[in-house]
Amino acid sequence: MLSASQISFERYFAPVFQPVSFDLEAGKLLLVTGANGCGKTTLIRVLAGILHPSSGKLDNQASGMAYVGHYLAIKDDLSVIENLRFMRDFIGTSTRDVDEVIREVGLGRVAEQLARTLSAGQRKRCALGRLLLTENELWLLDEPYSNLDQEGVDLVDGMLDRHLEAGGGCILATHGAHRPAWPGTEDLFLVSGANE
Amino acid sequence: MNPEYTAGSLSGAFAALVRRDLLLAFRRRTELLFPVIFLLVVISLFPLGIGPSPQLLARIAPGVIWIAALLATVISLDALFRSDFEDGTLEQFVISGHPLTLIALAKIATHWLVAGLPIVLLSPLLALWMNLPLESLSVMVVTLALGTPILSLIGSIGVGLTISLKRGGQLLSLLVFPLYVPILIIATAAVMAASDGLPYVQFLGLLIAGLITSVTLAPFAAAAALKISLS
Repeated sequence: MLSASQISFERYFAPVFQPVSFDLEAGKLLLVTGANGCGKTTLIRVLAGILHPSSGKLDNQASGMAYVGHYLAIKDDLSVIENLRFMRDFIGTSTRDVDEVIREVGLGRVAEQLARTLSAGQRKRCALGRLLLTENELWLLDEPYSNLDQEGVDLVDGMLDRHLEAGGGCILATHGAHRPAWPGTEDLFLVSGANE
Repeated sequence: MNPEYTAGSLSGAFAALVRRDLLLAFRRRTELLFPVIFLLVVISLFPLGIGPSPQLLARIAPGVIWIAALLATVISLDALFRSDFEDGTLEQFVISGHPLTLIALAKIATHWLVAGLPIVLLSPLLALWMNLPLESLSVMVVTLALGTPILSLIGSIGVGLTISLKRGGQLLSLLVFPLYVPILIIATAAVMAASDGLPYVQFLGLLIAGLITSVTLAPFAAAAALKISLS
């Protein structure tokens, strides 16, 4: 689905992380771990195509990517339902029902509220709802567990299980406090490019 | 991005984006009014500053209205991509697989509807304030209707380049004002020619040419600038 060979990214002529190679297949979860500042977010942004790798080859065969990063792309002046409805109309490939997705991520009670009134965890859930809504094959998640309560962590794990069972793929970057239980998990330990 | 992957329909994405931005603009009505009020205040300062002589006001009216329109546009420009850049929506646009050029064009179109069109609609009133002769009033409105989209389009390139800077707005004005000079010269020349009873159609032709050129080229440049700002 997505394979990388020896990709690296340089910022101001210094490599951010040591070259990375992997081959992600359908139904697999690639767990990117590493210390703070080792370049997890940068790697995910490179894989998402927002940044271009300085060297190495990236081969993306996935039909559509969905990305949830640190910036959640939620508009404060729109309600939960308006935020998600916009994303569905914008992507234009989804057949999912917005209300159903909102109930699934546990935001049924606040669906009509403006996003500015939501807590950090609720905002995260709203962003995660985008994953379900866009029905993309490859998920790129950057610290999806941050700000979530135990119920929210279970929600992410459940979403991941269903997505991977259905033949999707996922690359998940985390600093390692919680580990998803999916059996097809492969580990990628990222090492900072500095101090080589 | 997988080269063989195709996202949903482009027109659907364009319409969704325009609809969302109009809704957002409506939710932030006060921000919407600010450039318009700014325009009214700037223009009403001129008679106070240089005296209310009707002949003098009529003479300077085209330049004053156009310069005030430039200032009002630049004030509203920074908001064009800023919130999408800061909350990560722009990243989502890149990942969606839709061409960034189309997204830039949708955002520019909405910007003009929200910031440019009110100036055009208000301009007859402004022209009357400034004692502009009635025969050149319609020319004034036409130059603004043709010119303000060019201001939004050219400005979008500057916004794309300065969006990643914390105080990008200040640099933006230095960057785009020189690019606005030709539009200012052509538009005011058209209105002055009309006031003097001279032919002015050639100036309108130049404005139309400028509009066509900027509609076809500026969205590409803005998209390229945004890509640079994102990395």
